[in-house]
Amino acid sequence: MQPRVIIFDYGSGNLRSAQRAVERTGAEVTVTGDPRAALEADGLLVPGVGAFEACMTGLRAAGGDRVIGRRLAGGRPVLGICVGMQVLFERGVEHDVSTEGCGEWPGTVERLRAPIVPHMGWNTLDVPEGSRLFAGIEPDERFYFVHSYGVRRWELHPTSGHIAPPLVTWSTHGEPFVAAVENGPLWATQFHPEKSGDAGARLLANWVATL
Amino acid sequence: MTLAIRVIPCLDVDAGRVVKGVNFQNLRDAGDPVELARRYDAEGADELTFLDVTASSGDRETTYEVVRRTAEQVFIPLTVGGGVRTPDDVDRLLRAGADKVGVNTAAIARPELIAEIARRFGRQVLVLSADVRRTADGESTPSGFEVTTHGGRRGTGIDAVEWARRTAELGAGEILLNSMDADGTKAGFDLELTRAVRAVVDIPLIASGGAGKVGHFPPAVAAGADAVLAASVFHFGEFTVGDVKDELRAAGHPVR
Repeated sequence: MQPRVIIFDYGSGNLRSAQRAVERTGAEVTVTGDPRAALEADGLLVPGVGAFEACMTGLRAAGGDRVIGRRLAGGRPVLGICVGMQVLFERGVEHDVSTEGCGEWPGTVERLRAPIVPHMGWNTLDVPEGSRLFAGIEPDERFYFVHSYGVRRWELHPTSGHIAPPLVTWSTHGEPFVAAVENGPLWATQFHPEKSGDAGARLLANWVATL
Repeated sequence: MTLAIRVIPCLDVDAGRVVKGVNFQNLRDAGDPVELARRYDAEGADELTFLDVTASSGDRETTYEVVRRTAEQVFIPLTVGGGVRTPDDVDRLLRAGADKVGVNTAAIARPELIAEIARRFGRQVLVLSADVRRTADGESTPSGFEVTTHGGRRGTGIDAVEWARRTAELGAGEILLNSMDADGTKAGFDLELTRAVRAVVDIPLIASGGAGKVGHFPPAVAAGADAVLAASVFHFGEFTVGDVKDELRAAGHPVR
């Protein structure tokens, strides 16, 4: 059976590339803003471009934050991409205005401190051992980023031996920031796998293989 | 970990066909932008830029179709510029599958357009494209460079360096700096222009115009370009995207 993937459409930018890129993995892909379909799919992909506040407002209006929460409570996979990753954190701060995020992870999305912003283009990653998201991908492979904000501190450190520790992938632009996370059913990337050529295709296939 | 210097082929598209000529062997249809996009992707292009030079707005729908078909087959970022006048134009291009949108003349006429687009879609979608030439004696701007329209034929008297600074402040995500003096000369990028704009903006800068040999690319990067763009040298197979990257790598610049 082909896994069924929903790309959640809450009014955010170019979803066509994401749809085609995930279809290439063999999954059956639907782009929709229907929360019920998003709840029931094998995998939910949460895209996002632009401002944190605008994305969060759109996501809430479409019921997306609740869908994400319910899926995760039931152990069902969610993949956030770019601002779709950022909104999973507690809050985003833009121009000194703080906006509440989905709060699935502690931490703050803030402006990158680098000489040139946006961070735009292909960068390398520091991938932790045991990553399933990056399985089969060369260590020096580059992925496509385009963002002005990021998470500079990872704050979730579970102490219970029963919970697998989150795997955090870092990249550097001016200073280190979170480039990807694998945490139980919730995975996310700050870069755009759907725009990252063959390496991005492999990464999406790795996610779809878990569905 | 360092960001790679981007190498960007640019295709002029008129009513759905590539114009200005291409000269590739083993290409079924040299005029098909989608096929060329695939070829450049395979050669290692980091992004692609389509410049829509369609004169008649009635043919604009053809451009959207080209963008749609490209986005279905090419999985690297695609910028589309030409004829973008309103935020709704941007919306249509993004929905067709563009990742970034180039804005040029309309922003000169109405700079607030930059802020409107940045507010609605985020500044990362907005590539401010400027066609710049050196000013003639007696018409000089403070920097000695001015913004032009109509493919470089008409000067505006707007200081190009000040314009770049202002557009970055208004919300442009990136600047595509095209030297009309260098364009077509194959004598190299205008390094003085690149340096002057680099000194006043902290957003990514794409150098364009004048590439004639691979040796022209590293100096543009040394002058402050984060990305380099070229058209005919790639179309006519004088060298490939890979050749440019080899040259950049040899000069010590990170490439993908």
